[in-house]
Order: sequence, then structure tokens, then C-alpha cells
Amino acid sequence: MSSASNAKTQAPALTAVTNPAAESATPPKPVPRAEAKAWFPRVNAGIDAVIRVLSLIGLGFLKPLVAMFRGEDPRIHMRQLWLDLGAPILAVAAFLFVWSQVSQGIQTSLGQIPGPTAVWEQSKALWADHLVQREKAAAFYERQEQRNAEKLAEDPAAEVTLRKYTGKPSYIDQIFTSLKTVFAGFLLATIIAVPLGILCGASKTFNSMFNPLIQVFKPVSPLAWLPIVTMVVSAVYVTADPMFEKSFINSAITVTLCSLWTTVINTAVGVASIDKDLLNVAKVLQLKKSTQLTKLVLPSALPYIFTGMRLSLGVGWMVLIAAEMLAQNPGLGKFVWDEFQNGSSESLSRIMVAVFTIGIIGFLLDRVMLTLQNTFTYGNTR
Amino acid sequence: MRQRICAAIICGLLASIANAAGKGPEKEQLKLGFIKLTDMAPLAIAYEKGFFEDEGLYVTLEPQANWKVILDRVITGELDGAHMLAGQPLGASVGIGTKADIVTAFSMDLNGNAITVSNEVWELMKGGIAKDAQGKPSHPIPASALKPALEKFKNAGKPFKMAMVFPVSTHNYELRYWLAAGGISPGFYSPNDVTGQTRADILISVTPPPQMPATLEAGTINGYSVGEPWNQQAIFKGVGVPVITDYEIWKNNPEKVFGVTKAFADKYPRTHVALVKALTRAAIWLDDKNGANRKEAAQILSRPEYVGADYRVIANSMTGTFEYGRGDKRALPDFNVFFKYHANYPYYSDAVWYLTQMRRWGQIPESKPDNWYFETAKKVYRPELFAEAAKELIAEKKASAADFDLASDGFRAPTKDFIDGVEYDGRKPNAYIEKLALGLKGQQKIEGGNVVGK
Repeated sequence: MSSASNAKTQAPALTAVTNPAAESATPPKPVPRAEAKAWFPRVNAGIDAVIRVLSLIGLGFLKPLVAMFRGEDPRIHMRQLWLDLGAPILAVAAFLFVWSQVSQGIQTSLGQIPGPTAVWEQSKALWADHLVQREKAAAFYERQEQRNAEKLAEDPAAEVTLRKYTGKPSYIDQIFTSLKTVFAGFLLATIIAVPLGILCGASKTFNSMFNPLIQVFKPVSPLAWLPIVTMVVSAVYVTADPMFEKSFINSAITVTLCSLWTTVINTAVGVASIDKDLLNVAKVLQLKKSTQLTKLVLPSALPYIFTGMRLSLGVGWMVLIAAEMLAQNPGLGKFVWDEFQNGSSESLSRIMVAVFTIGIIGFLLDRVMLTLQNTFTYGNTR
Repeated sequence: MRQRICAAIICGLLASIANAAGKGPEKEQLKLGFIKLTDMAPLAIAYEKGFFEDEGLYVTLEPQANWKVILDRVITGELDGAHMLAGQPLGASVGIGTKADIVTAFSMDLNGNAITVSNEVWELMKGGIAKDAQGKPSHPIPASALKPALEKFKNAGKPFKMAMVFPVSTHNYELRYWLAAGGISPGFYSPNDVTGQTRADILISVTPPPQMPATLEAGTINGYSVGEPWNQQAIFKGVGVPVITDYEIWKNNPEKVFGVTKAFADKYPRTHVALVKALTRAAIWLDDKNGANRKEAAQILSRPEYVGADYRVIANSMTGTFEYGRGDKRALPDFNVFFKYHANYPYYSDAVWYLTQMRRWGQIPESKPDNWYFETAKKVYRPELFAEAAKELIAEKKASAADFDLASDGFRAPTKDFIDGVEYDGRKPNAYIEKLALGLKGQQKIEGGNVVGK
């Protein structure tokens, strides 16, 4: 990322990187540079850069390790390492142990509740299946090319097209479909929400106009939106050769409708809480409205907007799974639904794999948004 | 010289025939829907064995949540075609539920369903069932065996509930036929009661097939009528006991069909025929060599993208046996028929039977003349398209002419192969309705919760 190198030129010292939004939970202990054994200033500068990047992308818990590698006081860093790395690992281990113990005691009509090993086995099986599907796809294209070649040999004027693989989507494909859908919905939500939020924040009238609507629509569940969205989409979106699948549009719009509101509210608050002095200065300088917006309002509201977007993406991801189950959009939600319907002895383990996948991806999405937030708001936060 | 001219003419003729037959499908990329039931097998086999590709079709198969979703998505065009209940195209054409023009040129299978009751009900009915020489319950079990259970539920003030998969499903009519033959009223539909529970001894409602075992286990229903593997699943899960298969209710009854919209059939006739050809070849494969391919078919169906249930559950009913009660496995070679007995030919008489049952239970609220039955059947069932596909397969030497009933006028011979022995002749629908034990007859209709008229 260019932003990382950008930050390097601006802030060479370790302490300067601590961004309140990024690592508020674990403020790293600033270590005076003099105490560190500086054998090689160059290596030191490199390590600083590594630390900066780590905290920027949300891997701040690795900082103590890097610092200790540099030879800083181990006692301080050991404590930090325990808090950032040791304690979470211990908790996860304890969770796995309790899970495997409890799961043995519960018998369902589909057999035992799967323990960690069964779930791990299934995740490997799903990966193996992905590879099998890839091979099948390759064979499919080969057959198709052969058939097309025969067609052309028979009749050189024949029209041949290369069709996309028709087999089932593998688990990995389903993850990507889900990601694509959530980002499409989220993008649409942001495009609508940010201008709306700015409008609400900048004008009291607009705010009182939209506020009741926002408050009413915000708590509506995706399950309520979906039937309406489905009906409207199938009525409005009529083309002979659709670019997107209807199921994709249905789920994406449902995500938009559910994730819109936090961004609107946050943007409005961000814009409204701009420093009045700044606006007064703008008036004195007789800045144009558009300049005010780009130079003052947006930069000062940016942290709020990003926080709103981060929350929106989280909501969107959660909503998507439910929407996919109902809209039968071929993503993770459909995977869970299909496995539930399969009712085979492996279904529960597979659903469990999906649960963890959904959780981990949700966590990563949050980290990505955090990183973006840190990159774009760093240094602009007055 | 003359010889050469003759040869040229013959060549030209052959070429034009080849051209007509070999003209590619208008639409190559298709998406077909199915429900996770073993009788979707022709679709899976046509895909896995490359029969679709042989016809120049690039087909994606997609499981659907329930029958309503399948019908709606075919109507909106999200699916090009689908595995459907035989009653669905007819129901849509008559206007029971969503009204739409759906046609079928391919009947997917015969038999394949069963009725399962919960363990609790089985305990109550077991005593009244005759035993055979080995001390096992003798089959077929009549519905009258349910009466002690009904009595007990009534005295306890609990409703007795059973589930089927869709209001116009085969399962609904089979369950009703069985109950009525045993003297139990399954209830009437009327314009004011679309749940079909008017004057019912047993309340019948809808549950999607794959959820049947879980719903039975939860105690929400006391029994169900569904396709495989969901009856065998009840045994493996230990939640219920299958009491009768539809083979015993009506031997070799027509089951699922492959449905497309009329608009699709009109716009893409070559694609439609190509689909029917591929499906017919799959059906031949499934019944070939006396069922030698069935094990492989069960393996394929047990993959998560198709039916997804465990292999042993699917194999139980697909490989010529059926397990009634745990350990009570009996031979039932014709439980799943995909090609034999002209299973794929879309007979008008099959359509008429479904229409008579719709009339019998009040889904068609008013009396209709015989002609109406024939006209409705002809609007939906398209044997001429099936014949076209079959002839092409015979010409391509992929099937033998002896296996097809191409001389048929669309009506099967009258049959008495029902659990109550009542003869059905598709040419006389109203006379047939008169002969049935329970149900609306003549000008009768439901008014204010009662059967009125004659």
C-alpha cells in the first residue's frame, strides 16, 4: 500500500504511529530510543517501518515481538505480549477444549455434534472438493474447446462461444460470491448514505425531515425486506440477457437497505460536529461552498464516516447470510441452507465450518476497514 | 450418369435430414432447478454422464428451497426449467395458487414416495395390523389401522397432523387417497379454505421435503407423505416408521415431471427437445441392465450438490429395496422407476388423474365436463414433443424403438392397480370420480363448511 510508505516519510519514530482509533485498547509503551541498543541505525529504521505497518494493518499484537527482537527491555514487552498474544491463545485453547468435551455429550438425529477435529476434517474435505471442482472445470473447458473445434471444422462460419463452467460452485467460490455480494451492497449503501448523511448533518431542516424515516427503517430485519425486494426486482429488472443474476441483485439490495443507516447517522453526526471556528474562518475567507465541503467538512467528518462504514459493513455481512439463505444466491448462506437440507452425517460439521468462515471473514473485513480508516484519516485529524 | 444423379439426390436428402436433426439448440446456457429428492436423478445423471453436453447444452443444476420457490423462479425466468411435481403445471394452468402456463414433455419417474408416521403413532397402530408368517406386519397397511391413534388423540383433545410437500403434490393426493380408502376423511379444499382442512379427521399441511424428519422429530406433525430419501432418513434417525409406499397405493403411478414455461417451449423448441433427449438418455441409463447402475447413481446423488444425504440412506430405496421399520428391509424392485413401463411418456391420462383428484378434494370447486379434463391435459402435457425427442434418439441409435409407446393416443389402458381396487379409465374422468369412496361428486360443492348439492 502506498499509504504505508507515505506514513514512513512523515513519521519516522515508533511513538508517532500510535493512532487512537487503531490501538486504543493496547497503547504500546513508548520506549525511549536511547535505551534501545542501536547497533545499526538502518536496521532500526527498518524495524520502525515494520512496526508501523503492523499496527496499521491491525497486527499490532506482533509489535512487542519485533521490539524485543531489537533488544528493548523484555520485561515490559513480555507483559504486553502476554496481553496481546498469550491470553487470547489460552482462551481459544480453552474454548476448543470445552467445545470438544461438550459436543461429545449431545446427540442429535444427525449424530453427534461435531467437535473441533470433525470440523477440521470437513474444512480439509471442502478444500479437496474445491480442487476436484477445478479439475472438472478444466476438463469441461477442454471438452468444450474440442466440440467447438469440431463445429468449426464442419462449418467454418459457425458461431462458437465459450460457455462458463456449469458445475457446482465449490466452497471457495461460494465465499467469493458472498464477498462480491456484500461489497456490491455495501458500495451502493455508501454511495447513498454518505451524501444523505452530509445533507442531514449540514442542514437542520433535512435532519428533521429524514430522522423519522431513518429511525423507522433502521431496525427492520433483512427477512422483512427480502420478499419486497424480490418482487420489485423481478418486476423492474427485466432484460433478455441480464448482466447480473437476479438472486445476486436481491441479496445485494437487501444488504444495502439494512446497512445504509449506520453510515447515514455517523456521517450526519460527523458533519454536524465540525468545529465552529473552522466554519467561521471559512466565512471570513469567503470560501466557496464546494471548497468548504472538500477542504473542511469532509476531512473533519472522515473519521466518523469511516466508523459508520465499518459498522455498516459488519451489519451487511451479517445480513447477507440470511438474505442468501432466502434468495438462494449461491453464497455462504445458501451453502448453510443446502447442508441443512442435505441432512447427511457430515452436514453439521460443514455448517460449523461455515460458521467459522463467516466469523473469520467478518473479523477480517472489520480489520480491512480499520486499516483503510487509519490510512485515510491519519494526519488529517487536525 | 443416372446413378450419379441418384446419389446426389440421396446425398442431398440425407444432408437435409441431418441438418434438421442436427440443428443446434437456440439457447445453450441453461439453469435448471431441482428439489433434493432421489427422483431428481435424471437431471444429475444427464449432467454427470455428459448427456446434456452431447446435445450441445451447457446446463447448471441448482437446488431450490421448496416447490413454491421452484415454480415461482421458473415463471419469472430465473430458472429455464425444473424438476416439478406432476400437479404443479396442471395446478398452475387451472389457477390453483399461482396461475401460469407451464408445459411438460417429459415425465421423470414412477413411484418413489412413501408415508411415514411418528414412533408414537406407530406404537398405537401396530396392534391392529395383521402379521405375516414371519411375524412381521403384512403389507400393504390400510389407513384404517390409524384409527386407534386418531381415537387416542381425539380423547386427549390433540389434533392429529400430517404433512405433505405442496397442495397440488402427488404426495397430497396419495396421502388423501390412502386415508379415504381406509375410511378417514383428509378434508376438503374450498375457495374459503385453501388449507384443505374442512371436515377433516386429520389436519394435512405443507412442509418442504428435506425438513420433514426434523419437523416430525419436533412433534409438530405426527406423520408425513414425501419422496425419498426422507422416509428412509426417518428410520436412520430413529424418528419414525414408513408404513406404506405409493407403489402400494397406486402401482406405477406417475410422479415428477420436467416443467418449462409455455413461452420457453415456444421460443426455444430445439432446446426443449434437446433437454428431453438428454433426460431420456439419463432415464435409460438409470434403469439399464436391470438396475446395475443404481449404486453409482446413489453415489452421485449422495454428493452435497445433489441430494446430499448419506449414501446408505439413498441406496436403501434406490437399489431395489425399501426399509419399513428398523431392520424390516423388503425387496421393492419397482420403487423407483425412471424408464421402464413408458415412465417418461407424458400421458394425458396421467394428467387427467391428477385433475380428478383436484376435483375430488375441492381444489377445483365446481363440476367440469369430461372435455374440460381432456383440454386442460392437452394444454399442459406435450407427448408430441416427447415423441420427437424419442424418434431422434432412435435415429441416432441411442435408444431402441421397442422401448417407446409412440403409437399411443396419449391414454394408458384402464387399470385397477389401486389399494382400493377402483378402476381408473382416463377417458371417463367424471364416471371415475363417481366411483371413489369419499370426495366431491357430480355438482357437489363446499358451502359453509358442508358438502352441499348432488
